[in-house]
Order: sequence, then C-alpha cells, then structure tokens
Amino acid sequence: MTDATMDAHGDPNRVREIAELTMTNPGPAPKRIVTGYGFWIFILSDMIMFSAFFATYAVLLGQTAGGPTGRELFDLRNVAIETGFLLASSFTCGMASIAADMRSKTWFYLAMAVTCAFGVGFLAIEGNEFASLVARGAGPTRSAFLSAFFSLVGLHGLHVSAGILWLLTMMAQVFAKGFRADIQRRFLCFALFWHALDIIWIAVFTVVYLLGSAQ
Amino acid sequence: MLGKLNWSAIPLDQPIPMITSGVVVLVILGVLAWVVLAGHLPYLWREWITSVDHKRIGVMYTLLASVMLLRGFADAIMMRAQQALAFHSQGYLPPEHFNQIFSAHGTIMIFFVAMPFVIGLMNLVVPLQLGVRDVAFPTLNSVGFWLTATGALLVNISLVIGEFARTGWLPYPPLSELTYSPGVGVDYYTWSLEISGVGTLVAGINLVTTVLKMRTRGMSYMRMPMFCWTALASNLLIVAAFPILTATLAMLILDRYFGFHFFTNEAGGNVMMFMNLIWAWGHPEVYILVLPAFGIFSEVVSTFSGKPLFGYRSMVLATMAICVISFMVWLHHFFTMGAGPDVNAIFGIASMIIAVPTGVKIYNWLFTMYGGRIRFTSPMLWSIGFMVTFILGGLTGVLVAVPPADFLLHNSLFLVAHFHNVIIGGVLFGAFAGYTYWFPKAFGFRLHEGLGKAAFWFWLIGFYVAFMPLYAVGLLGMTRRMQHYDVPEWRPWLILAAFGAVLILIGIMFQIAQLVVSIRRRDELRDRTGDPWDARSLEWATASPPPAFNFAILPDVRGEDAYWDMKSRARQQDLQKQEPDYEDIEMPRNSPTGFVCAFFATLMGFALIWHIWWMVAAGLVGAFATFVVFAWRDHDEYIISAAEVARIDRANLAERRELVTAAGSA
Repeated sequence: MTDATMDAHGDPNRVREIAELTMTNPGPAPKRIVTGYGFWIFILSDMIMFSAFFATYAVLLGQTAGGPTGRELFDLRNVAIETGFLLASSFTCGMASIAADMRSKTWFYLAMAVTCAFGVGFLAIEGNEFASLVARGAGPTRSAFLSAFFSLVGLHGLHVSAGILWLLTMMAQVFAKGFRADIQRRFLCFALFWHALDIIWIAVFTVVYLLGSAQ
Repeated sequence: MLGKLNWSAIPLDQPIPMITSGVVVLVILGVLAWVVLAGHLPYLWREWITSVDHKRIGVMYTLLASVMLLRGFADAIMMRAQQALAFHSQGYLPPEHFNQIFSAHGTIMIFFVAMPFVIGLMNLVVPLQLGVRDVAFPTLNSVGFWLTATGALLVNISLVIGEFARTGWLPYPPLSELTYSPGVGVDYYTWSLEISGVGTLVAGINLVTTVLKMRTRGMSYMRMPMFCWTALASNLLIVAAFPILTATLAMLILDRYFGFHFFTNEAGGNVMMFMNLIWAWGHPEVYILVLPAFGIFSEVVSTFSGKPLFGYRSMVLATMAICVISFMVWLHHFFTMGAGPDVNAIFGIASMIIAVPTGVKIYNWLFTMYGGRIRFTSPMLWSIGFMVTFILGGLTGVLVAVPPADFLLHNSLFLVAHFHNVIIGGVLFGAFAGYTYWFPKAFGFRLHEGLGKAAFWFWLIGFYVAFMPLYAVGLLGMTRRMQHYDVPEWRPWLILAAFGAVLILIGIMFQIAQLVVSIRRRDELRDRTGDPWDARSLEWATASPPPAFNFAILPDVRGEDAYWDMKSRARQQDLQKQEPDYEDIEMPRNSPTGFVCAFFATLMGFALIWHIWWMVAAGLVGAFATFVVFAWRDHDEYIISAAEVARIDRANLAERRELVTAAGSA
C-alpha cells in the first residue's frame, strides 16, 4: 500500500503526518550552500584519488628492489619543518577567510600573501628533497617503493602548486572585483581546498614518512 | 617539432582503416559544409555548443552515445565476421588489427556509448523530475559533456593517426607496459580516458549536488521518483569510483612515460595491483551503468501499468544496498589470481548477496504490472524484454560468482556472453526504453511506434541469436579474443552468432528509420499536452519541449507520484481557477567555456600521446587562461521577465485545456 492509497483511517495516530512534517523540503538551497556542498563532494572524490595512491604506497613499501629504504632516505627534521609550514599556511588561510568576511582588503592580501609564502616555502623544501634523492640515485625509477613515494608526495605537491596558482588568481579577483558574492563563494571553495590539502598532508606525514621510516 | 608523429603513423597500407576513416572524414566534412553553407552555424553555436541548459546537454550526450554506438557496433560485426570465417584460416583481419578492434569495441561501448547515454538521460530528466530549473552547476555541466566528447574524439582519431591499444578494453600490464606495447595505442587509451574521466566526475558531482540540494518545495527524499534515486546512487558511485580509475591510469602513464615501476615486472612492481585497482573502479562502474537503467524501467513500468511503483521503499533500499555492496565484490573479476580460498569465498558470497536487491527490484516490477492495465508500447516492450533477458544474465552471473566454476569459465566466451547479457539486456535496453519514453519530452513529438516495435523485436531476437551461442562455445572451451581457431565444434555456433549480429544490425537500421520517419511526420506525432503517456512524475507537468526555465512556477509537491497527484486533484476540484503570480526568472547565461576547454584538452591529449611537449605546454596555458577568463565574467545570468514567463505558460495551459475539453466533449 502506498501513500496515495493510504487514507486517514489507516493511520489513527497520524504518524505519517508527523513524519511528513519532519521530512518536508523547503525548496532548492541557496547558491552559497550549493556551491560549498558541490565543492565538498569534489574534495571527497579527490581524497579517494589520494587513497588509491596511499594504498599503492602501502603495497609497495617493502619493494625496494635492493635499493635504499625509507629509513635510509627520509630526513624527518626537514619533514617537520615542511609540516610546520603547511599547518601555518592553513592558519593564515583561515585569517584570510575572516578578512574576507570582514571585507578588509588589506588584511585579506596580507593573509593570502603569507599563505602563499608558506606554500612556496613548502614546495621549495619538497623540491629540494626530491632533487637530493634523485642526485643520490634514489629517483622514482630506482624501485617500486620509490615510484610510489614520488607519486604520492608529488601528487600532493602538484595540488599545492595548483592551490598557489588559484590563490594568486583569487587575490587578483578580489583586487579587480572586490568581495562580490560570487567571489566570496569561490574563496570559500579555495579555503576548503587549502585546508583539505593539510588533512591529506597529515596522512602523508604519518603513512609515508613515519611508517616509512620504520622500514 | 612533432614528437613521435610522422607520416608512418598513417596506416596507408591497411585498406580497412583507411577506407573507413576516409568515409567518416568525408561524412564529417559533408555535414560541416552543410551546416556552414546552410547558415546553421550561428544557431548551433548559440543554442547548442555553448548551451548550459541541462536539457540541451542531455540531448547532446545522447547524440554522442548514439553515434558512438554505430562505431562500436561496426567493430562488433567485424569481430563476429572474423570469427565466423577464421576457422583453419587467418580470416580477413590480421591479428594486430583484430586486437585493436576488440579493444576499441569494449572501450567505446562502455565509456562512449553506455556512459554518455545514461548520463545524458539523467541530465535531461533529473532536474525536471525534481521540479527545478537547472542542475547545480550549469557551466560545469557543459564542461563535463565536452570533455567526454574529447575522449571520444581521441579514440576515433586513433583510427587514422597511429593505432589503438591491442590490450583489451582494460589495459592489463605487463602487456600494456612500454616493453610489450611500445606504440601509441595504449597512450590513446589512457589519455582519452583520463580526459573523459574528468568529464564524468564533473557530471557526477553535479548530479549528486543537484539531487541532494536542488529539490523543489515538498520534494522530500521519499517522494523522489525512482529514477532520481537511482541517478543519485549511480552518481555517488561515479564520485567514489572514477578517481580510482584516474589514479590507476595515471600510474600506468607514469610507468610508460617516466619509467616508474608500479606495474612492471622489474624493480618490485606489482602487476596484480593493477587488476585490484582497476576493478575497484570497474565493478562499481557496472552499477553506475545499470542503476539508472533500473530507474528508467521503474518509471516506464509504473506509467504503462497505470499504477504506482510497487514497494517504493524497498526499491529505494535495494538501490542504496546495491550502491554500497557494489564496492565489495571487485575481486570476483580475478578469482584465478590465487588469493586463496578464504578471500575467494568471501568475494563469491558478496557477489551472490548483491543479486538479492536486484531480485527485489525484479519482483517489484512484476508486482507493479500485476493487476495493472498494461499498455504494450515500445518502452514497455523494452522493459519486459529486459526483465526476461536480465534474469538470465543475472543467473549466469551468480554461476560465475562461484569460484570453482569461475576457474573453468574465466576468460572464456561464456563470460563474454554473460556480461553482454547484462549490459545489452540491462543497460542498453534501458537506454532505449528511456530514449523512446522521454523523446517526446525533449523534442515535442513522439517516435514512430511501429518502427520502434520492429526495432525492439530484431534487437531482442538478434541478441539471443548472437549471444546464446557464445555461452555454448564458452562451455566448449573457447577463450575470448581469438583471432583464429582450429576446433570444428565451435564453428557452427560462431556462424550462428554472426547471423545474430546481422539481426541486431537490422534492429539498428529500424531505429535509424524510426528517427528519420518520426522527424518527417513530426506534425502528426506532435505531443501538445506535455504528457503523452499519462505519466506520473513532474517532467510531464510542463510543456514538451519544456521552456528554458522548465517550470513557470516551481511545483509544490504533496506526495509520491507528484504529477499524478496533481492530475487527480485537478480532476476533482477543477484547477482551472485563478492564475498564479508569475515572477522574473534568473537563468544561467550560455558560455563557450566547455567547448574551449575541450579544444585545449584535445590539443593537450593529442600532444601527450605523440610527445609533442611544446603543444602540451600551450594546451595547459590555454586551459588555465580559459578558466581565468571564465572566472572574470561579470554577468553569468540573464532575466526572463514575468510577462514573458506568463505568455509562455498561458500558451501551454491554453493548449492543454483545449485538448482536455475536446476529449471531454467526445
């Protein structure tokens, strides 16, 4: 029996009515909600892509093909500095969000510039690490373990690079258009993206560097 | 300058691809010339290529799928002909060509026929059924479509320039690694799927957001039409599964381009990891395709039985159960890997469990029909044909889900028969049912019934004649993808299968004839009511074709089967009464962003395949510039005035009322 054929007699306690009240839909959500929600779903899908690389890394961790292992290669001091940079950049990105909410261009530019500086610093350290590994003959073609390492960490680095490109575009947009509603929505997405990269980095730090150093 | 590309890339010595591609190029040039000379180009550009209207994009997806169906079917009939001939002989296709054909057939049929067909129908119908004016991200929708088209284009370019993969529709390493596939074939495969995969992901995100956040007033989850539920499940699977495909192909690309060792035989690479990853995407993919088809059958069966869908809630539950369980069965694609009896048993049992919600659905459709006044229109025929065929395919599926049986049947033509049984009988019949059912909504006139029924019968019988022999020949031990063979027992079955393919060809010709005849007789087939089937959901509450804004006033939904409910209330209390208050409507402006993105993506994909690095860089810069230009736009919406909305809506209502009165007086 369906709703259409069910009459009031079949529902003496009016359970159906109560359920209906809690389930009514007010209509299409406002744009800000829709945009943020859609971008969250994108981030989730991005995390699934990362998870494929994480799984691969986990499978290939021991496959060093007689080459160097994580313990021999990873410099945890460097990684700690990298992590500090990225976490700090997330904080300043949060400051930029507040500045955007307050519509203060000066603070917005300042916070974004510092975020950018931290991001570039992070990339510089990572690039340096990659270059020194390759120079020591431990490039991605050396073993399956190193292939997985370079791809996973490099994928995160690519995301950070794309994020910096986006960050600069955002600054230019605020400069040219001000804090218009659509610019604000776009900035919301950028902030989500940047924080998500932090979350992924925490996993990289733990799985790749800490667990990898144990090998 | 041009990387690996030179004149030897064009297979001048092979008559079949040269003649085919020559004809195709001529046809394309002819169509282009006609479009330009007849002055249709500005119209096409304004109304279709740059359109961000979900209905137009849905139609373009479906058109792409239909054209690619012809290509994929041409491959199929060539293979059937080859196997019918190649007994104790080489047939007419050399092995390297035959291998490209079966690879291209699978790739095209899954990625560029089935996917765009179901995504196109979802695009067209879901916003209408939810009672809203567009999808969540209209411009992104256009980008998604054009990236899919880019993928299809690249696959077809491989016919003329270079070669396609010879590895099968899933490029298993180590065969697909550079050592064993040094040509550009696998690169064509990987890049076209990377690009179209991004397009699919975008479509998935868009439709999930649309269903979850863009429903009209009163359209609570448990009032959504079943097609919206299955679309939600299918798109959740896209969002969760396609990134795995992207990642896996990226790893294969890294192996091939930069000498990484993910899947190589040397340096610790792990071949079976590719199988695991690709099927972790691949099995959900099967349900991405078939769930929307289940939704279409639900709509069609309920409409043409004149009854609400039986067991709506159990249907929702079954859909979501399939959505989750589909991620837990991937290993049944390679029981022979040697994961051990425990692992195989678990995945075997999971594969049988997923058949349960599917069975629930079949019973629900049967009970919907039970006691109904069934109208045997062609969408209904496709649905009934589906039920019979799909049960058969499902049963052989449960059979191969038993690991010991699978060890015998793995990689045999029995398996090929099984998945064609579920994909043709499930997805394709569903797509055809949806195409016939919603065609009047998209274009304002129905398709010719007689020709549609003829097409159905040729397809149905052709399917059985083509694929039942493959079950038999599979049990006789024939493995898939054989270019020639020496076993006399196989031959009669393969000749019979080729005959079946010819029957399907006749079915396809009837479909083409149906389209042509229907367009020519569109005036007598015109749907003036907007509701040609006396249907139940909201897409039929508006005109056919719907105005750009879909609904003049967003409908207020009071229960399941929203439009049926409205119709019965209107009959009871004469809803002719007062006119609603029309308001201005904001609609998204058309944008060439999608097309321009796809242009650069094509450029980049082609350049990556042929190692033309400067062109890759140019494509990247162009794509980024497109995004920035798009981001810089100031006016992304335009206003349709209340007066204009009122004029369109009044005209539609007047036409409906006239028909109702005419019917009443008769």
